[in-house]
This record gives sequence, structure tokens and C-alpha cells, in this order.
Amino acid sequence: MTDVTATGPGPPLLAVDELVVQYRSRRGPRARRQIRAVDGVSFSLGTGEILALVGESGCGKTSIVRAIARLQEPSGGRVLFRGRSVAHLKRRALRRLRRDIQVVFQDPFESLDPRLTAYDTVQESLLVHKLGGTRAARREQVLAMLEQVGLHPAEAIARRYPHQLSGGQRQRLVIAGAMVLGPDLVIADEPVSMLDVSLRAGILRLMLDLRDARGVSILFVTHDLSLAWVVADRVAVVYLGRIVEIGTADEVIRAPLHPYTRALVSVIPVPETGVRRERILLRGEAPSASRIPGGCRFHPRCPLYRRLDEPERCRTDDPALASAGPSASGPAGAGPAGAGPAGAGPAGAGPAGAGPAGAGHGHAVACHFARENS
Amino acid sequence: MSLLEVRDLRVEYSTPRGRVVAVDGASLEVDTGRVLGLAGESGCGKTTLALAIPRLLAREAAISAGSVTFDGLDVLAMTDEELRGVRWRRIAVVFQGSMNSLNPVHSIGDQIAEPIRCHEPGTTAAQARERVTELLDSVGIDPSRSRSFPHELSGGMRQRVLIAMALACRPQLIVADEPVTALDVMTQAQILELLRSLTDRLELSMILISHDLSVIAEVCDSVDVMYAGKIVEAGPTSTIFAPGQTALGPAHPYTARLRHAFPDIRRERTFVEAIPGHPPDLLAPPPGCRFADRCMIAVDRCRTDEPALELVGPGHRAACHRSALVLGGAG
Amino acid sequence: MVTPGITSGLGSEPAPGSRAPGVIPVREREAELRRVWRHVSADRLGRAGLGLFVIVVAMTVAGPLLFPFNAAAVSNTSAGLLRPPSLQHWLGTDELGRDLFREFLSAAHVSLIVGLAATAISMVLGAAIGTMAGFYGRWSDTVLMRITDFFLVLPQLPLVIALAAFFGQNLAIIILVIGMTGWPTTARIVRSQTLSLRERQFVTRVRSLGTSNLRILRVHILPNVMPLIFANTVLVIGGAILAEATLSFLGLGDPVQISWGTMLHFAFESGAIGRGAWWYFIPPGVGIVVVVLAFTLIGHSIDQALNPRLRGSR
Repeated sequence: MTDVTATGPGPPLLAVDELVVQYRSRRGPRARRQIRAVDGVSFSLGTGEILALVGESGCGKTSIVRAIARLQEPSGGRVLFRGRSVAHLKRRALRRLRRDIQVVFQDPFESLDPRLTAYDTVQESLLVHKLGGTRAARREQVLAMLEQVGLHPAEAIARRYPHQLSGGQRQRLVIAGAMVLGPDLVIADEPVSMLDVSLRAGILRLMLDLRDARGVSILFVTHDLSLAWVVADRVAVVYLGRIVEIGTADEVIRAPLHPYTRALVSVIPVPETGVRRERILLRGEAPSASRIPGGCRFHPRCPLYRRLDEPERCRTDDPALASAGPSASGPAGAGPAGAGPAGAGPAGAGPAGAGPAGAGHGHAVACHFARENS
Repeated sequence: MSLLEVRDLRVEYSTPRGRVVAVDGASLEVDTGRVLGLAGESGCGKTTLALAIPRLLAREAAISAGSVTFDGLDVLAMTDEELRGVRWRRIAVVFQGSMNSLNPVHSIGDQIAEPIRCHEPGTTAAQARERVTELLDSVGIDPSRSRSFPHELSGGMRQRVLIAMALACRPQLIVADEPVTALDVMTQAQILELLRSLTDRLELSMILISHDLSVIAEVCDSVDVMYAGKIVEAGPTSTIFAPGQTALGPAHPYTARLRHAFPDIRRERTFVEAIPGHPPDLLAPPPGCRFADRCMIAVDRCRTDEPALELVGPGHRAACHRSALVLGGAG
Repeated sequence: MVTPGITSGLGSEPAPGSRAPGVIPVREREAELRRVWRHVSADRLGRAGLGLFVIVVAMTVAGPLLFPFNAAAVSNTSAGLLRPPSLQHWLGTDELGRDLFREFLSAAHVSLIVGLAATAISMVLGAAIGTMAGFYGRWSDTVLMRITDFFLVLPQLPLVIALAAFFGQNLAIIILVIGMTGWPTTARIVRSQTLSLRERQFVTRVRSLGTSNLRILRVHILPNVMPLIFANTVLVIGGAILAEATLSFLGLGDPVQISWGTMLHFAFESGAIGRGAWWYFIPPGVGIVVVVLAFTLIGHSIDQALNPRLRGSR
């Protein structure tokens, strides 16, 4: 297993190690009742870093979010926050965790209690954790937070109800409710996909500003690579419960190696005509997590698999995530690089000088034939 | 002559707070086999305009001025009986978010057959089944799945079912309202591909509504950009969405700003800009250009003189006093 | 994206200004009450219900004060028994010679009190159990729902008879039994609403914030279930009054605190029907119908006012 540890100042804030999340479905034939929504996912996130988890719906990214935020018990593997496992936390520690990790969901309208004003919503966060002191002190904090997320004039907006706010304003309000607790990690699950395209930039900018101002780390979950491009430092592409490619945004989006990533990059929408780009339209849709294909789970839809005349290896061997080798930028990070059956390239035999430690640690990909893709 | 011609259409809503003009003097044309896009933010009136054509508006709405001519027929003068002959048989609609309103207790085959049974009563069960198979095939669903239920299908597949339903009676025009919002990028690409191929193969005309310019650029031949109830720019997509900084491109600052809201992976990771502010209150729209408040290049004239839609290039019109500036790259 | 000023009147445009199904802001309670009031008073049926309700209230409040009933004021002569309406006795006299008009008013009072008390028991129990079952789910849900089922099928009549045999006939038993057999329906409705609320994303969000279950119940769930409970209550009152009338008519009511049902019972027993003494049994019958109708119409109208929201127009 390649340790794709994030390097940034200090040890990783969040380390996910071989996370497995399983559900038992009550429908369908007995053999297919076990749904492995997340099947061995590992990654880490440093302080002040933004990592994007990219994948289609049903790929398991929501389950990953829920496992990290302790809204769901992982079935296997570990989630380490500041070095300590988030499972089996006692009440006080769990409470503390709920302050340090915040979640922003997809639907801004549904995320808000329609009975509470904007002020109440943000204040609720403080009240739940008994923060803020006197009513006056709380009021100051709430209003300051509303201003900081771009809701002005704060006094006027504070009195409004969710249905009196626009979609963009609602999402800012949700972010305010999260940030007022000063969390270390914010998990944003498709935070802008329900907003008009013209509003998205504002929210994305807000998240970047908050990261710059407060050093909060962000786990940004999306199905849209172009959003990851704008916002993320690193990108992890998820398919059917596994990470198939991970690296810096530049690496993954400008020089993708995994056929799935390449397909996703090719269909990024642009408001331009006359651009004859080579769009890779995958056939069909991702299979359900109760019917994960054998071998490489992507092979039934893989254009590379077809192009190489259906090599048997793809049907039998499940490729592990391994460093992409010298063609990728920089040193391969801390950990065994590209060893084993996944052999995606000679281990660390390439030019190592790629700048200061931490720049381009490990562009890793899970594909037997990643090199054929370059 | 165009298949569909709308002239100076005006649609008003009576709300508890007064009368709102949701569509204020809009004109558009759709030719046979062509796809027209209606672009704009939520609330700009695009859905209202499109649904006014088959007269499918809510009770609170009223068409107070203008004309709608479909295949030579005056739609606004039609009786209910005549409208029924037009709806679905000649103009079909894929409503926004309708993939979530499929009837959960009927198979998709039955639901696709329903418009056939409804509008072509002479069809036998066998004929209907055959047609359903044909339709499923044309939208890329394996016909053996005709007995599946909606909850067994993914979002993308359900949207295909809705397209099949719209095609059931072989209409001449389809109105598709945000057909790919809420779908993954990959599924989105697939559905858009499907729509494009259908219009080519079946000589189908389409009005495609979306707030997402990339969707419009992908599928449409021409586009009408709406803002606060008015059409502010109209023209061929090949002109308005021409790549790069050529002499072509948007001629209205709003369209230009909308384009800039898109991240472009070919460029540097510099930041995309949102458009600050929000559209005006349609209960009391401001005098002059309605976009003036949010426009970066507005001058005094813009706030007093409402610009008319004027020709700025071949087939390309924009309602802006300073469109020349926009075409030059500013705004 | 909300365009300020455009309310959810825009049917075809995605209605940006409208609310989620079934959920109404408590802080806006005044505006909401005013709106419901406007709807009810504008609706023909609602107005009729309100009118009847006013009459009923006047009757039960002012009645016994202005025209007190003396159960002991029996007639001395047989000539005073079962007299038809006259100037001295506006509704005539009963089989004991007592003034029926005053008896009617006093009985109205009793009928209503019983109805309201039984409803109170029924609503409090139903709401509490329904909320807990819906919110906590799993084992508590299963256990509570089986208890609910048990009470759901409990037959009122044998229960009253059995209890009366032990404790004698009195109002308390009637109230208790009606309350006890009425709460399951409310519990089910409340549980449904709670279940759907529990799954809403804003509950997940505050949960991920670290909010305790109790706080979620108190601050987020309960206030959102209240409108439903309220609409339901009004309808239940009508049912409770009817139930009391039925039990009393069958002779199981309190013989001292006469209700309309009891009056009907005595009317029957004393042969007033055979003797054509319509002034004895028609007024209580009409009274029951009017009261139940009043509550049903109002309840229905309130439900309608709240319902378009419940159906959702997002």
C-alpha cells in the first residue's frame, strides 16, 4: 500500500487508513446483499490543505464523508483525526470531535431548519457547544461570522428565514454555522452543485478565503472535476469505493493517468462551441456496489481495456494504488513506491529533484497499464 | 418559415404582492430540426416563456400580449380541444426535475405507453408495446428493461425514460427544461449526446432551457439569453460561444460574465468570478437596463434608457448600449 | 436564486421562495395564525363552522350562568310532565317536569367538557408516544407501536361497562375511556411526521454539529410537528363529543351530570319518543350535530390552510 501522506507543516490532520464501509441490504439475492460502498480507501490531509474527492454518484464518497464525520460506523480500517481514532470515542471526546469536524451538505435549503432565522441558525452552533458566553458576546460572534461569509448587512440578514434567502446566501449561512465553531476540518459534500453556475464561484472563493484566513483544512467532495481544479491542492478520484488516482490537482487533471480520470477530464463541460475535443464517453453507468466486477473494478467500462484487446490481467488482478513513477513530478513520498504486481513504473528511479520536499509527493494510480496512457 | 414563432410575448403573474411581469416582450424563432437554447439564472423567466408556448402555465399566470405561431397555427387563439391535439402530439415537454416524479408503482414500459394510449386511441396493445421497444432503443435503454420500475433505475436512465415519453407521439418540437441538472458530469455528457443525436436523426426541433451555458453550447444551434424577464442576447451558439478572444463572442456583459463563471482547465488556476448582487425585483423593475446594477461597464445612459435588441453581427442581436465594448473583450 | 418580491405564486418556475413540505416557522406563528385565520374566515365552510362555534361557545359559557338548571326542580303535578314548549318553558319539560331549556344548556356544558378533557388526554398521549416512537426508532418504535396497536383495537363499549361495574358510572370513566381509545390514531399520524422530519437533512446537520437528541426533539422536531397536532386536535374534539354522546345514550353516562347523550337516553327510557315529545329528543340531537359539525368544518378548513404547504411547492 502506498502511503500517500500529505506533507505540509506537521503530521497529517486527518489520516484515513484502509477504510471500509459496508451495508447489508435487505433486498436482492442473498449473495449480493453485502454492499461494500467503500472498499479500502486511504488518504491523508494536512493542516490548511484542500483535498478533492471526485467521483460519480454511488462511488462511495458520501459514505466516506459519513464515516469521517462519525455519522456512520466504519466496517473496517481506521480514521485518525490528529492521530487518534474517531471510533469508540467517549461522550466528551465525541463532542469535541463534533466541533473540530464540520460538514456542509449539498442542499442548502434542506440543511436549514426553516423555523430558525439566520441568526438562530448560527447561534445554535454556539449554544450546542455552550460557547460564546453572554448573550451579547454571542451576538457579536454571530454577526461577525455572518459578515465574514459575505452576508451583509449582517443585521438585516440575521433576521431572515431560509426561504427569504437565495440559494447562494443559504449555503453561506450553512458555512457560517460551521465556521463559527472554529473547526480544523470542514467536509463539503457537493456544496455548490445545487446552485446556479453563476453563484458557484462565490462560494468557492469563500472557502478558499476561509482556508487562507483560518488555516482550516477542507475535504471537498464533488462529481465535477472543474470545481476540483479551481479549489483543490490535491485530488483523489474515486470509483466504486476505491481511489483509482491521487495526486496534486495539476497532476491529476492536467496529466491524468487512469483511464477513468481521463474520461472524466475529457467531459468537463465548457461553454464553447467549435472545440473539437476528444470526449471519452464511457458506456453505461457504474455498476452498483453490490455487484463489484472482479479484477480491476473498472475494466467493463474501460476504454483502455478495450484498446489493449482485453488483457486478462485486468479481469483477474485488482490493481493497487501505486506511485506513478518518474513521469510524475517529484519524489514518491514516504512509502514503498510502485512495488508488487501493480508495477506501474520503476521504483523511484527517476529524476528526484523536483523542488522542496512536499511538492508533488506521489502521484499514484491504480491501473496495470497506466504507463500506456501517457 | 419557422416552425415556431413567438412575437413580443408578455406573461404576467398575479401574486399576493401584486402583478409580476415574468416575461416582458420576448420574441424567438425555432426552425425545423434546430435546437434553441434559453439560458439564464433561476427566476429569469425562461421556464415561463417556454411553457407559455404550449400554454401550460399555472393558473396565476396570464399571457397578456404577443403571439405564438406554431406551424402556421395561432396557439393563443386555440380552444382547449385544439390544444389537446397539439400537446404531446406536436409539442412535448420534459419538465424540470420530472425524473423524480415518475409513478413508482407502474413499470417504465407502461408509463411510456401511456401517452400513446392517451393520444392515439386506436393503438392496439401489441402496437403500443412495439413502439415502446422502439422508443427505449432510441434513447439507449435495453428494451428488456421495459418492465423495470423507476426506483430500479439510476437518475440518468430515468431521464432517458422521460425523453422516451416525450418522443412517444412523434412530436415536432420538444421543450426540455434543465434536462441534465442534478446528473453527474459523465451522465450529463451522455444525455446531451443523446439529445443531439435525436434531433439530428429525427429532424426534431427543441427548446432547451438551462442555467448552465456549457449545456447550451454543447447541444444548441442558437441561444437566447434571458435576464429579469427580457431577452438580452440572441444569436447562433457558434458566434456567441466562439472560443477564445476573437471578434466573435458575447455582445452583452451578462453573457460575458456568465461565461467567465466557468472554470477552464486549459487556463491557469486563477479564479473564476461570480457576478455580485442579484436580479431586480420584478414587482418594480428599474428603469433603463435591468442589468445596470450589476454591470461593470454601465454608464449613466444605461440607467435611464432601456436598450433594445439590436443587430450586432450576422444573426446576432444584443440589448446593450455598449455592446461594441463587450465584443472587444471588456465587460 | 430568489428574486426578491416573487413569492411562490410562480407555478412553473422552480419556486424559490416557498417552504419545505409540512414545516412552518414557529417564530412566525403570528403571521401564520393570521394567515390560517384569513383562510378559514374566507372559506364558506370555514365561516359556517366558525359561526356555529360561536353559538356553541355562547351557549355553553353563558347558558348555565343565565339559565341555571336545577335538577331537583321536579314538577309536583303530573300535568307538568312532558309538556310541549310554552312561554314558561321554552323547550317544554322532561318526564320529571324539569325545564328542558335549562337542562339543554347545562347538558351542553357537560358534553363539551367531556369532549375537551378526553381530547386533551388523547392528544398529549398520542403526541408524546408518536414523537418518541418516530424519533428514537428501532426498539422503542416497535414496542411503542405494539402498545399503540393494542389500544387501537380496544373496544370502547365493553371497557366502559367493565369499568363502570367496578367504579360506578361517572364522567371520569367516560373521559378516561374515550381518551384511552383515541390516542392511537394521533400517535400514528405524529409518528409519521416525526419519521419524515428525522430524515431531513437539517436534522442530520445539527446532529453532526453535536446536538443532543433531547435538544433536537425540543428545538427542531416538536415545533415542526405542532401544526399537524393542532389541526388534528380540532377534528378529534368532534369525535370525542360524539363518542361521549353514544356512550351516554346507551346508559353508561353519569346519571347526575347530564349530558346531551344522557338526555337522549332519558328521552328514550321515558317513552318520550313514543309519545311524540319531540321537544325532548330533537334539541340534544341537533345540539350534538351542530357542535360536531362546527369542529369538523373548522378543523377541515384549518387542515386545508396548512395543507397546500404540506403538499409542498418547492
